[in-house]
Amino acid sequence: MRGRRWRVVVLTLAALYFLVPLLSAAEFSLRTPGGGYGFGNYLAIVRDEVLFTSLLTSLQIAVFTAVLVLALVVPTAVWVRLRFPAVAGLLESATILPIVVPPVVMAAGIAFVQANLGGPVFRTLFASSTTALTPFYVVLALPFAYRAVDNGLAAIPLRTLVEAARNLGASTATALVRVVLPTIRSAVLGAAFLTLALVLGEIVIARILLYTDTFPIAVVEVGRSAAGVSVALSLASLLFTWVLLMAVSFAGGRRSRKASS
Amino acid sequence: MSDLLEAPAAPPDRVRPTRSWGAALGLLPFVGYLLVFLGGPLYFVISGALSDPDGRPTLANLVASVSAPQYRAAFLSSVLLSAVTAVIGAVFGAFLAQAVLTARPDSPLRRIVSTASGVLAYFGGVPLAFAFIAALGQTGLATVFLRSVGVDLYASGFRIDSLTGLGLTYVYFQVPLMVILITPALEGLLPQWREAAENLGASAWSYWRHVALPVLAPALGGATLVLFGNAFAAYATALALTSGSIPLLPTAIASALSGNVLADQQNVGLALGFDMVVVIAVVMVGYLVLQRRAARWSAR
Repeated sequence: MRGRRWRVVVLTLAALYFLVPLLSAAEFSLRTPGGGYGFGNYLAIVRDEVLFTSLLTSLQIAVFTAVLVLALVVPTAVWVRLRFPAVAGLLESATILPIVVPPVVMAAGIAFVQANLGGPVFRTLFASSTTALTPFYVVLALPFAYRAVDNGLAAIPLRTLVEAARNLGASTATALVRVVLPTIRSAVLGAAFLTLALVLGEIVIARILLYTDTFPIAVVEVGRSAAGVSVALSLASLLFTWVLLMAVSFAGGRRSRKASS
Repeated sequence: MSDLLEAPAAPPDRVRPTRSWGAALGLLPFVGYLLVFLGGPLYFVISGALSDPDGRPTLANLVASVSAPQYRAAFLSSVLLSAVTAVIGAVFGAFLAQAVLTARPDSPLRRIVSTASGVLAYFGGVPLAFAFIAALGQTGLATVFLRSVGVDLYASGFRIDSLTGLGLTYVYFQVPLMVILITPALEGLLPQWREAAENLGASAWSYWRHVALPVLAPALGGATLVLFGNAFAAYATALALTSGSIPLLPTAIASALSGNVLADQQNVGLALGFDMVVVIAVVMVGYLVLQRRAARWSAR
């Protein structure tokens, strides 16, 4: 029973360390100027036009980023598993790379291009925060998206599915879209929601490139005058993403249990 | 049947793995994208670091970036912060991952921890900074509670926007990342190994000491290195928490880049970025070496 005791200690410590800041933030965000509690800080998202517009901008960036990420990751991960397992380890290591390439360094390189290079390609790229930030958020999102999708592929009989689909006359693309994609739905959704988390939290590149109309930047800015609103909205975006991921996890788990019984 | 006849070059075994260069073509979009949008910025950082404002090659920026006292201080506190939070995060994260793994695979605990790990590890730190201010700021809930039971953090010199406060916040995303990175390795420990050890009379402690830890060592080391790189690269938390009052390498880069310093500081900023990339590259090589050793035991 000694084994049980360390588990309880570790889980209790973790619960304390992870919940106290979240609960403190929740308490702080619910305070009202009058001294009571209320949802006033949360309502700022619909009352404050700047915040609302910034949320729309960031959601737009998140959607474009997620689509691009999945378009790059799903075919590549399938291809590596089917045709090129020799590079699987190498590619997995390569997908660690953007985790540790500092966003501030990426931003420095992009800022140099922004300041010194002209031409229609770059003018289009840097025209708005959506066009300028999306390509680089894709790079930041690739590592964990690749991991999530690859884990999903590891759990299904990929080769059998693709060969069966092809024997029935499907093209590889059809097999990918209509057979593989639905079976790894929860992994794909998980990758998409983690991308959303990243876009709703990224302030370094946006700040350095001076695209200050994104949601996380607006949340930090509003904190200078209304700290409660900042805390409320950042907490809400965190919990919102978490709830989405939980929903995917529970839905996926229920389906796989049903399938195995 | 007619489909098969129409495509004689496509026998059912066409999806067999190959090592041919044709198969490598399928990687082109992925690798090409990384080359353009990750390699591109890195190229301009490196070339900018190695040239003066007029574009002539020089090493002066690099020399300035490692010799100027303010940059050296930033470098040291970045390394210190990353190393300490990587070790704490790795140890606590490994224990947490193992504690969670002993629960049933579909238990709510495992789902909560794994989804929360994803969100917290990748959110980038803005909400974390605010949550820690709300908890441990001057008037934070935890600060006030601790004061009421006789522990006055701020009287004993603690500040949330200090290096210690920042470290405490960093651990909040280091632990979840460790859980994500180490869980596969922990799952790879075969129950047979434990049974064999127990049959030979090993206690739980000697099983961990002589079997599990040696097998896990490369994975643990590799994950710790990734954690170091993760903290070393992180800037969002520091930006939201302190708005630049703690000298860290990313802070130094950002202020060298922004126009409020001398114009030729831009190249020094890029040189600082270059230094960071070098540190990260060394860490990554270490990670790859350890990863190769870790793969030896994952014959699954």
